[in-house]
Amino acid sequence: MCTYINEKASITGSAKGPDGWMNVDTANVYFDHPYHAQLDHALGIDFVDEAAGSPKRVAVEISAESARHLVAKILAALESGEAAHATETESVDQYS
Amino acid sequence: MTYEGLSGGEVEFTGFNGDDVNAYQARPAIDGKVPGVVVIHHAPGWDEWCAEVTRKFAHHGYAAIAPNLYSRDGPGAPDDVAARVRAAGGAPDNQVVGDVAGAMEWLRGQSNASGKVGVIGFCSGGRQTYLVACLVKGLDAAVDCWGGNVVVDDPSLLTERRPIAPVDYTNQLTCPVLGLFGNDDTNPNPDHVNRLEEVLKDHGKTYEFHRYDGAGHAFMSWYRRHYRVDQAIDAWDKVLDFYGRNLKTA
Repeated sequence: MCTYINEKASITGSAKGPDGWMNVDTANVYFDHPYHAQLDHALGIDFVDEAAGSPKRVAVEISAESARHLVAKILAALESGEAAHATETESVDQYS
Repeated sequence: MTYEGLSGGEVEFTGFNGDDVNAYQARPAIDGKVPGVVVIHHAPGWDEWCAEVTRKFAHHGYAAIAPNLYSRDGPGAPDDVAARVRAAGGAPDNQVVGDVAGAMEWLRGQSNASGKVGVIGFCSGGRQTYLVACLVKGLDAAVDCWGGNVVVDDPSLLTERRPIAPVDYTNQLTCPVLGLFGNDDTNPNPDHVNRLEEVLKDHGKTYEFHRYDGAGHAFMSWYRRHYRVDQAIDAWDKVLDFYGRNLKTA
C-alpha cells in the first residue's frame, strides 16, 4: 500500500514542464506505488517550488534499478564534469 | 439485480471540522429506497477509478458517494494533488474519519436512503476503511481491499497524522468486515493478514477474509499490469454478496 514515506531534498535550480521553465527549491523523493509507470513500485521524484507555494511539479516515476543507475550516472557526470570545468578554469586563468 | 439508469455527479457535504468536502456520487434512477456505500479512494487520489467504482455500486442498486479526501489540497489533476498530500505526510486519520462520517450522514439524509450504509476502500483506503469501521458509529458493513499498515511493524510509520495502528482499535469495531487480499502483496503481506485475522478472532468480531493466490497489491485495478482478471471477478462477486447480505436485508 502507499506509505506516504517521503524524503525531502532542498535543491537549487530550474525544471522544465509542459508550461515551460520554473524555479525549483525542493525534490520530494519516494519509493511507492506509481501513478503512471507500469511497475509495482517506483522511485518517484517531484520537483517543486515550495517557497512560491506553486501547485506545479515536474515528476518522474522510474524503476528501482533505473534509479540506482541514474544515481551512479549523476555522480559520474558530476565527477567528470567538475574535473573538466576545473581544467577549463585553469586554462582561462592562464590567459587572463 | 442491476440498474441501467443512473444519476450522478459532484456534490458537497459537511466533513471533518465542518469543512465543505466535495464528492462524486452515483445512484440508480429508481423510486425505491436504496442502501448506501461510501467509497474511499486510494492514495493516488480521487481519480477516474474511484468514480468508476462509485458507478459500479449504483449499477448494482446502491447510492454511492466517494468523498474527495484531498479536497483541502486541490485543485488540480488527481496525481498532482496526491503528490502534494504525500509531501505533507498524507491525509490525517482524524480528518479522514470525520470526512467519512460526514459522507455517511449525507447518504442517510437522501430521500431514497434505506438507512443502511457500507464502506469500501482500496490501498490506503483499505486501511482507512478498517479505521472508520472501528471509529465511525453507524456503519453496517466494511470492505477492506488490501489495506496496508493496518498492522504496523515499523513504529516509524506511526506519525502525528497516523498515530495509532488501526488494528489497535479492533475492540471498537461494530460492523462486519470483508477483507480481500493478494497473497503476493508485500503490504499487507500474508503475515499481516494472518495477524489481523487473529485479532479479529480474539475479539469475537464478524469478518470474512479471502486470500488470492497469483495476485498482489491492487489486483482489481484494471488499468495496472498487476490486474488479475479471475481474482478480480471473484472479488467483486464477494463484495456484492457481502453487501447484499449486510445492506439489502432488513
